[in-house]
Amino acid sequence: MHTVETDVVVVGGGGAGLRAAIAVADSDPRLRVALVSKVVPMRSHTVAAEGGSAGVIRSDDSLDNHFDDTVGGGDWLCDQDVVEYFVAHCTEQMTQLEHWGCPWSRKDDGNVNVRFFGGMKVQRTWFAADKTGFHMLHTLFQTSLKYASIKRYDEFFCADLIVEDGRVQGVLAIEIATGEFHVFECKAAIICTGGAGRVFGQNTNAGIVTGDGMGIAFRHGVPLRDMEFVQWHPTTLPGTGVLITEGCRGEGAILTNKDGYRYLQDYGLGPPDPWPRPKAMELGPRDRLSQAFWYEEQKGRTVSTALGSAVWLDLRHLGAARIHERLPLITEVAKTFVGVDPVTAPIPVRPAVHYTMGGILCNGHTETPLKGLYAAGECSSVGVHGANRLGSNSLAEIVVFGKAAGERAARYAQAAAGARTDAVRKQAEAAEARLLALLGRERGERVATIRDEMHEAMETGVGIFRNAEGMKEACAKLAALRERYRQGLKLDDRNRAFNTEWLSAIELGFGLELAEVIAQSALNRKESRGAHTRLDEFKERDDANYLKHTLAYRTGDGPPRLEYAPVTITKSPPKARVYGGEGKKAVLT
Amino acid sequence: MAEPRTIKIEVLRYNPERDLEPHFQTFEVPFTPDTSVLQGLQYIKDHLDGSLTFRWSCRMAICGSCGKMVNGKPVLSCHTFLRDYYPKVRIEPLDHFPILRDLAIDQTDFVNNKLPSVKPYLMPKDEKPVSEGPFLQTPAQLQQYYQYSQCINCLLCYAACPQYGLNAKFTGPAALALLHRYNADSRDQGWEERAELLDAEEGVWGCTLVGYCSEVCPKQVDPAHAINQNKVNSAMDYFGLLKFLMPRGGA
Repeated sequence: MHTVETDVVVVGGGGAGLRAAIAVADSDPRLRVALVSKVVPMRSHTVAAEGGSAGVIRSDDSLDNHFDDTVGGGDWLCDQDVVEYFVAHCTEQMTQLEHWGCPWSRKDDGNVNVRFFGGMKVQRTWFAADKTGFHMLHTLFQTSLKYASIKRYDEFFCADLIVEDGRVQGVLAIEIATGEFHVFECKAAIICTGGAGRVFGQNTNAGIVTGDGMGIAFRHGVPLRDMEFVQWHPTTLPGTGVLITEGCRGEGAILTNKDGYRYLQDYGLGPPDPWPRPKAMELGPRDRLSQAFWYEEQKGRTVSTALGSAVWLDLRHLGAARIHERLPLITEVAKTFVGVDPVTAPIPVRPAVHYTMGGILCNGHTETPLKGLYAAGECSSVGVHGANRLGSNSLAEIVVFGKAAGERAARYAQAAAGARTDAVRKQAEAAEARLLALLGRERGERVATIRDEMHEAMETGVGIFRNAEGMKEACAKLAALRERYRQGLKLDDRNRAFNTEWLSAIELGFGLELAEVIAQSALNRKESRGAHTRLDEFKERDDANYLKHTLAYRTGDGPPRLEYAPVTITKSPPKARVYGGEGKKAVLT
Repeated sequence: MAEPRTIKIEVLRYNPERDLEPHFQTFEVPFTPDTSVLQGLQYIKDHLDGSLTFRWSCRMAICGSCGKMVNGKPVLSCHTFLRDYYPKVRIEPLDHFPILRDLAIDQTDFVNNKLPSVKPYLMPKDEKPVSEGPFLQTPAQLQQYYQYSQCINCLLCYAACPQYGLNAKFTGPAALALLHRYNADSRDQGWEERAELLDAEEGVWGCTLVGYCSEVCPKQVDPAHAINQNKVNSAMDYFGLLKFLMPRGGA
C-alpha cells in the first residue's frame, strides 16, 4: 500500500473535476490537490458532449428566461434557489473558458455566437461547432497544466472513500498499470465521476460512465436523490447509441416518420409551421420527443433499419456549407456508423439513455451530508435539473458547480484537521483485502453475463414509459442479480497489472446497486413527471403528493430505504408545461 | 440483420507478470457489416478471454483512447470495421511505445512530458477580468488555428512517425501541432516562450518531412503542415525576422 499525503482529492478528471481542481488551486496555491482519474483526463466523457453550453448573452434574453426554461423543463422538481445561482453564473464561466482559449464559434463581428436548443425561449447555447465538450475539456485540461499544486494521478481507479470520525479522511485508489493500491490521506474529497448511464444497454455514454462515485458515496451513507429521472436523448444512432446532437435541430433540422410526416405535431408540440419556433416541434424538450418516438413505434410509423427501428433526422435543407461549418462531427459519425451523408440523406435516429438527472445529494454549494465530501457534475444532484434536464445545461453545470465545489472544499480544507494516519491505513487495508478477494474466486459467473442481464432488466422495466408491473419485475431481477454478484464472479484474469476485467467487476458492483436505486425510486414515485412517465394509473403529475425529491439510502444487501424531501420553490409555482402553440418564426443565427 | 460471418482476429498478447516477450493469439469472432474492430475486441473480452487488455471509452472517435495497429497501420479501432479485413486481421499495440499489457501502451511520455513541454495554454495578449466579457475573435482569426485545435491526443501520429521511433526525445507531431494551435491564436502572445522548444533539436527540426503523421490523423489536424510552417517560423526567428513579419506566428 502506497500512501500519498495531500489536502484535497478530486475524483474524476472530466470537466467538473478539472474545473474543481483549478478552483482549489486558484483559491489557495498552498493546498495540495490530487486529481485522481480512471482515465487520462482528456478521455473523460465530457469530451463527447456536442451541441453546447448555456449562458445568457443576447440582449433579448434574460436570466429569468433561463430560469423559467430550466424550471419548466425540469417539470418543477428543480430547487429554484440553486437554479437562480446557476443561471447567474453560467455566462461568467463560459467567458472564463473563452479567456482560457476555448474556441467558441463566432459571429462575423468577432462576438461569440449562440444557437437554439430544445425547450429554450431565446438562443442561449454557446457552441464550438458540434464538439463543445471536446473543446471545453481540452481547454480545461491544458489550462490545468499551468498549476503546480495540481498533481495528477491518471489511470488511478478510485475504489473507496475512507471515512473516520464522521468525516472524509482518505481516498483509496488502484493504480491501473500495476494493480497496486494507493491511499490518499486528505482533508476533503470532491466527487466528479459523471453519470451512471451504463447501467442501461442502449445509451450515448462512454464505457467509463459506470456511476462509480455515486456508488461509493451511497455505500458511505450519503443518499442518492431523484435517481428515477433518467434522460433519453431523442436522437441517437440505432445500434450504437452514438449521440446526434440536439444542435442539429437547433440549426433547423426536422424529424419525420416513415411517411415523411413531422409526427411531433401529433404530440402537443405543433403546429409544424412556421418553422423554426422556440419550444415547438423539434425544439421541444427531450422527454417529450423521446416519448413521441415510442408512440410512433407503437403505431408502426417508424422506419425499420438493420439495427432497429428509427425515425429520420433531416438536415438536407440546411445545405452543405452550414452542415460542414456547424455540424462536422455528426457528419463524420453518420457517415462512419450508418453510411449516411447528412448533406444528401436523412439520418436514422432513435432515443437512447443519455443522462442521469439524479445523483449524490448535495446542497447548492455542492456540500454533501458527509463532512468533507463534495460532489459536482452529473454524479451530483445539486438541484438544477429536476425531472428532465434542459439541453446545454449540463456543460454549464460542470463548470459552475465544479468551481463552487473547488472553492468550498478549499475553504474547508484550510481549516480542517489532518487525517488520522493509522485509522485511515487500517480502513484502507480492509478495503484492499475485500477488493483483492474479487480476483481469487475459482467459481462464478462472467462479468458480461450479469452486466447484460442488468441492461435487459433496465431497458425492459425502467424505460421511457413505465408501469408498476414492469418496474416490480425489474426490482426483483436486480435483487436477484445483486445476490448472484455476491455469490461471486469468476475472472479469467488473475493478474494485478492493467487488469480491466477486475475493474469491470468492481464497476458492476456499483452499477447493480445504482440500477436497483433507479428502479425502486421509480416504482415508488406514483405519478408522471418529466422523464419519469408511467402508463398505469399514475399518468399525471401529482403535485399534492409528489412535488418532492426522492432520497435513497443504502440498507446493505436489501433494496434502498426511500425517504422524501421538499423541493425549494422561490418564485415559480408549478404550472402546466406547455410547448408548441402558435408563435413567430425565429431567425437562426 | 445480416447473418454474422466469422473472422480470425490475431491479437498481440503480453503480460508483464508472466511473459518474457509478446506473442500472438488468434480468436474466432462473429461479425456483421457494422461491427467495429473495437467491438470485435469487446466480444473476445466478454465471451472468450476476459484477460485481453485494451483501452477504449467513447466508441465514437472523440476520446482518443482506442488507437491500435490494425494490419500494421495506426487507426482508431472504434472507427475501423472488421468487414474490411475479412477473413483475418492482426491487431497490435501502437508502434513506438512501450507495452504495458497486451494492446495497452505506456502513454505517459506524451501526456506528462511532451504535451506540457509546449505550454499548451493561452498566454493572453490582453488581460481583462471575466466580468468584462469575452475577447473578440473573428471567424477568420478562428480559422487560423481551428484545425490544429482538433487533436484528440490519440497518438496515431506518434505510431506513424519514424523520427519518434528512432529518437523518443523528438517532441513529435501532436504536441508540435498543439504548440502551433496556441501560437496561431489571435488572443495569444506566448510564441516567444514556446520558441525555445520549437527551435531546439527535439522541436520542429527533428522532423524529416515524411508526412505519414498527417495521413493517419483521424481528425485531419495535419501536424506535418504545422511543423513545417514552424520550420519557416523558426528560421525567421533565427534571423530575427519573425517579430516584424508575423507577430502572431502565422499559419
